[in-house]
Amino acid sequence: MSLTPYIVLSAILFTIGAVGVLTRRNALVVFMCVELMLNACNLALVTFAKQHGNLDGQVAAFFVMVVAAAEVVVGLAIIMTIFRTRRSASVDDASLLKY
Amino acid sequence: MTEFVKPSLDYFQLLPLLVVFGVACVGVVAEAFVPRAYRYVTQTSLTLVGLVAALACTVVVALDLSEDSDLAHADGRAHGLVAAVGTVAVDGPTLFLWGLILVLATLGAMLFGERRLDGGVSAFAGQAAALPGTEGEREASTRGLEHTEVYPLMLFAVSGMLLFPASNDLLTMFVALEILSLPLYLLCGLARRRRLLSQEAAMKYFLLGAFSSAFFLYGAALLYGYAGSMELAAISEAVAGATENRAMLLVGTGLLAVGLLFKVGAAPFQAWTPDVYQGAPTPLTAFMAAATKVAAFGALLRLLYVGLGNDRWSWAPMLWVVAILSMVVGTLLALTQNDVKRLLAYSSVAHTGFILTGVLGLQGADRIAEGEITSLQAVLFYLATYGLMTLGAFAVVSLVRDAGGETTHLSRWAGLGKEAPFVAAVFAFFLLAMAGIPLTSGFIGKWAVFSVALAAGAWPVVVAAVLASAVAVYLYVKVIVLMYFREPVGDGPSVATPSVLTAVAISVGAAATLVLGVVPGPLLDLVARAGEFIR
Repeated sequence: MSLTPYIVLSAILFTIGAVGVLTRRNALVVFMCVELMLNACNLALVTFAKQHGNLDGQVAAFFVMVVAAAEVVVGLAIIMTIFRTRRSASVDDASLLKY
Repeated sequence: MTEFVKPSLDYFQLLPLLVVFGVACVGVVAEAFVPRAYRYVTQTSLTLVGLVAALACTVVVALDLSEDSDLAHADGRAHGLVAAVGTVAVDGPTLFLWGLILVLATLGAMLFGERRLDGGVSAFAGQAAALPGTEGEREASTRGLEHTEVYPLMLFAVSGMLLFPASNDLLTMFVALEILSLPLYLLCGLARRRRLLSQEAAMKYFLLGAFSSAFFLYGAALLYGYAGSMELAAISEAVAGATENRAMLLVGTGLLAVGLLFKVGAAPFQAWTPDVYQGAPTPLTAFMAAATKVAAFGALLRLLYVGLGNDRWSWAPMLWVVAILSMVVGTLLALTQNDVKRLLAYSSVAHTGFILTGVLGLQGADRIAEGEITSLQAVLFYLATYGLMTLGAFAVVSLVRDAGGETTHLSRWAGLGKEAPFVAAVFAFFLLAMAGIPLTSGFIGKWAVFSVALAAGAWPVVVAAVLASAVAVYLYVKVIVLMYFREPVGDGPSVATPSVLTAVAISVGAAATLVLGVVPGPLLDLVARAGEFIR
């Protein structure tokens, strides 16, 4: 069985995530797009693990899940604070720092 | 089915890392059990003792390693060992970087502990959960609350920074990248004054940082697909041998580079630098600007030299472009700034370009003539000088204040030379060092990176670097002229008297900048003895 479709799928998911980060306005949605990118990485890692017949990639996928969970904790805390202060989670509204 | 083998961790060699991590965990426990009145003293002393102990451990490990291989370091060859089942490489450059990061972290922790500048409270928010401008915030401030959690958070960041340049496989590198970044994202949002700016900086840093680490991870996945292993040595072998799937190697290298170049703040990934440097509490900016750059450059060097060293002709042109772009963008945009912290941030982008110039030099000790230095040595030296002068400069910024806290707008700095001649002189000295004036460490650092790049034939980059340096001199002199030859606006800037903590941090930075500029020999000798990366 060819594994190429899985890699292509992971590349598509990664691209959707990256485009989402660049175009969406809501910090939460931007963050979800980042998570989508991380999951695309997981798919690629697991597929390559299958292709090479070793477990490195699968183990890495677990590490990535843990890191992503830690990132959610920190990220949601920051976005929550911004939201409570500004009553908005739009990345366009927070624009005091520029030039 | 292979039998399970108990991994050996080489606890002795990993001691500095474990000490910092252990003290951070103890700090978390102390936060829960020590009464509020004693927390500040407990946490600051715990942090400082932990960092100094880790520094001592680093020296002991370094002495032990050089005893093991007393022949090796004479000609600059690699010495060290790969600890923790192939994931952490403890070698000469690692130990040098560990020492440097721990020195910077100790000075940074002193700045964190400064309470005299702001009337008995630290630079961090009294209660981060209280909204800015509400009753809750005023109450927290009248009760004199402060977050002593910042010390354990900082130590976690330091442990990530120690692991980052030592990581010998891509997964460890990714995990270390996150360990160092996540506490920094939080700390960024914890400023006591100008909290909206601080929170905005935290959000920007977090979103862009997470974005770039996703790129790093996809790059790691692609290199794993290419080489079948995440270990740098295996990747290096695959790069030398395999000729199929070069596209995967190239794309993977590019994505990994995006992640790392973001962390070092190179153009075109520099957008976060000025915002985060300006919005973050100044003690954190000082620590982060210095230590993160050191750690990230350590990891970048290890990845490029050890993992992808055989594929040099693929990544070198990319770095040429990034180096030139960083120097041009950093210098030109710094010229247009009217805020001291943003100006220093753009100057750090330009310095990233200078360090990248050094990365382009020749690597092997066997490829260079007698008496010349390798690219690695030049970069390590530059990192040491740059880290200490940046930390000192930001520490000086935290001294210039008015009623609303720090005053970083350049117009408010006019006439500082009359108001506080000594502080202005120290800041002018740091600026001259950044410009690379002889008799400061900045000059030797620049000379080192330019000469290695020139020896490797990267002369277009060196020409751009020299031009950028010339423009940068104008930039820094402009600030010095402003401080000394302009009349103060209104009642002028006021300079707060720091406690001994900040005073020590500034003095160490200034002394190191002067000493390394006048007698750079011992440090150059030390980086030569550090040898090369172990493979």
